[in-house]
Amino acid sequence: MAKDAVGYALTALNRLAGSGLVDRMGMRRLMERMAYSLTKSGFRVITTTARAFQSSGKLGKAERLKAPGVTRELFDLNITDEQQMIRDSVQSFAEEVLRPRSEPADAEARTSDETRAAALELGLNFFAVPESLGGAATERSPVTTMLVAEDLAHGDMGQAVAILAPMSVANALTRWGNADQQSRYLPAFAEDQPPAASLAVAEPHVLFDPQQLRTTASKSGDQWVLDGEKALVPLAAEAELFLVAAQTPDGPGVFIVEGGTEGLTTSENPPMGVRAGGMRPLQLDSVQVPESNRLSAEDFDYREFVDLGTLAWCSLAVGTGQAVLDYVIPYVNEREAFGEPISHRQSVAFMVANIAMELESMRILTWRAVSRAEKGLPFHRETHLARTLVKDKAMQIGTDGVQLLGGHGYTHEYPVERWYRDMRAMGVMFGGLHL
Amino acid sequence: MNLEIPNKIKPLINNAHQVALSVFRPISRKYDRAEHEYPKELDTLSSVLDGMNEGDPDSGAGAAQTGKGRGKEDDGSVKNGANMTTCLGSLELAYGDVALLLSMPRQGLGNAAIAAVANDEQLERFGDKWAAMAITEPGTGSDSAAIRTTARDEGDHYVLNGEKIYVTSGARADCIVVWATLDPKMGRNAIKSFVVEWGTEGMELARLEKKLGIRASDTAAITFNECKVPKDNLLGDPEINPEKGFAGVMETFDNTRPLVACFALGCARASLERTQELLEESIEYDYDKPVDNASAVEAELYRMEAELEASYWLTVKSAWMADNRQPNSKEASICKAKSARVGNWITLRCVELAGSIGYNEDELLEKWSRDSKILDIFEGTQQIQQLIIARRLLGKSSKELK
Repeated sequence: MAKDAVGYALTALNRLAGSGLVDRMGMRRLMERMAYSLTKSGFRVITTTARAFQSSGKLGKAERLKAPGVTRELFDLNITDEQQMIRDSVQSFAEEVLRPRSEPADAEARTSDETRAAALELGLNFFAVPESLGGAATERSPVTTMLVAEDLAHGDMGQAVAILAPMSVANALTRWGNADQQSRYLPAFAEDQPPAASLAVAEPHVLFDPQQLRTTASKSGDQWVLDGEKALVPLAAEAELFLVAAQTPDGPGVFIVEGGTEGLTTSENPPMGVRAGGMRPLQLDSVQVPESNRLSAEDFDYREFVDLGTLAWCSLAVGTGQAVLDYVIPYVNEREAFGEPISHRQSVAFMVANIAMELESMRILTWRAVSRAEKGLPFHRETHLARTLVKDKAMQIGTDGVQLLGGHGYTHEYPVERWYRDMRAMGVMFGGLHL
Repeated sequence: MNLEIPNKIKPLINNAHQVALSVFRPISRKYDRAEHEYPKELDTLSSVLDGMNEGDPDSGAGAAQTGKGRGKEDDGSVKNGANMTTCLGSLELAYGDVALLLSMPRQGLGNAAIAAVANDEQLERFGDKWAAMAITEPGTGSDSAAIRTTARDEGDHYVLNGEKIYVTSGARADCIVVWATLDPKMGRNAIKSFVVEWGTEGMELARLEKKLGIRASDTAAITFNECKVPKDNLLGDPEINPEKGFAGVMETFDNTRPLVACFALGCARASLERTQELLEESIEYDYDKPVDNASAVEAELYRMEAELEASYWLTVKSAWMADNRQPNSKEASICKAKSARVGNWITLRCVELAGSIGYNEDELLEKWSRDSKILDIFEGTQQIQQLIIARRLLGKSSKELK
């Protein structure tokens, strides 16, 4: 996999750098530049291909999950008993498995195989695959996925991304795939060894707008040919399946691309945070996919496809914000200065109060948008407003978390510096996930 | 989970909206200029509203309706009751004019206090009266435990002495709910509230304030000099109970803080909508562009809309909790603090975005920006709300976190 290849190369590079040869030859600056461009683009590796996806031929027409049967007329913030049970198990998983491993996973920029295997035990993928294709989903459940994302991120946002990315692809295929696409790709997600999978929307240029893609898809015979570069694609090195957004002659479209397809490569460009998500650039150089691999079911809505990704990120930010709040409360109560806990000072206490207030604001706007999505009501405006607010408040909470811990907060001894880096992702991420 | 306003409340919201547009807005500027003049148009309106409230108590608007529904049998089902309807109705009325809403007969905070803690006999006597609330004193603002007005027990009556300020509709109301202490040495637990009717000897109107905003709403200073009040006019428990005296009095505010949040939301929504209208030709307002790809003014409008929307749903949440008998003290403070600061920011920014048009009396934008300031002050300032929230989160007493 990509990381190993780069690792070997870096080891070699390091040996050279430490050998004294470079200094003697006056080559240090050149070396450093070489190292930079090597890690940036030098180590293109092919993406992963591990299985052949074959149509199970199970479906005559596409499965579409309906909105939950009992649609309450009353305003109600209660969740169902089933959702509470899921939350309970996800929360203890996040606390016992993800949180203790967040520091090493961040350092290695990777969620370990053990952690991902343990996450499979939660059975989350089953909720994304319809019953007829081997899963357990009988109705649409963005709200449940949102709660899961919130709780996973309370443990660790980076590992949450690695866990949620495959489930996101299954969600998207269940929501948007046609019968052939669903029967070819979905059953694998309900198997014991589900594929790693991911969505690629964001691109590496400033003021990126998901409605204005530079990655192109053009028709050549019965193939689509994809060209361009994607950024911050979760699990890019190990994913066996991608959903790639690209500009077509008739607007933005989404294409199913299998890992290992010729012309599909990834490279190293480690992000500031959410590092355990294994997010990497994805290059598409004349990547050919069959005509039938475009998500073009009649009800496909690219805007909603993007919005459901944005809302997944909002949910993660809410979970991480809650983690910050839960962490700083005991800290400011225990940390003493000038003879008393620092929480006795209004400047400290009010910062905590503001974190709570803005966290609740983030959560309620996210819940509102996702609850509308689940009911099949329009949620584009609500998503836009949620993103607009969440990205600002999330970063404020991230920076206040570090501030409250002072010098401690700036070191890796404490988790707040990682949350600070993670929270910045909310402002730049599009796609990657899908509720 | 469902974050939609139920259809059954929509007729009430619409009624209140119609009142806002047809009754309040046309006289908004008139009574902003004519401070201290009674808006007589409100008498007709309040009769209409009384009729609505009696016809369907669950969908009434006005402070007197908060807290109701708590006494009802709980069958465990989800409720969208009086707290929510009152909030949403008030929001629409505040969209018309906050000051006129505050001046509505029989909808004062005193009425909310009576509705919350009065016994049956008192409800009978005061239920139809317009009651104002008198807490603040010249030396006591946010620190309501430090009030100095005394109530001396003289057998069959109490004798009140002291000065109250910032009594909303104090001169127009029929009676005042006065906070006074039975014994200044006993601290906050000795503080009780008394209904004092105008005409009681020793009760005098000292002056009406001239204010930055909410000018249609009268703000009175009232003095009590050896003022005799019948024993039966004390609201709640007459004993000084160290366990829960003051806390009980403060509980009223858990019901009224979301209401004030709604005032802020209505006022801010009015400003934002008018500003969007004025800017219509200058902006390309859609929800497709990420906020950082929009022009500066578009981005600002998106942010205002998002903040307003968040404040709105936080307020609905806290009213929903009250309707469903969940303790909501922290949430009530969160929605009040959030809505009030967001409301003030929006109204002031809207004046700025509208430029010189927003800064004069042809538009109501400048008025709304003056009105909104009080909403971040009364019923607990921004800072008091933050103290309440912080103490709850951190598990601190008022002695530890001052």
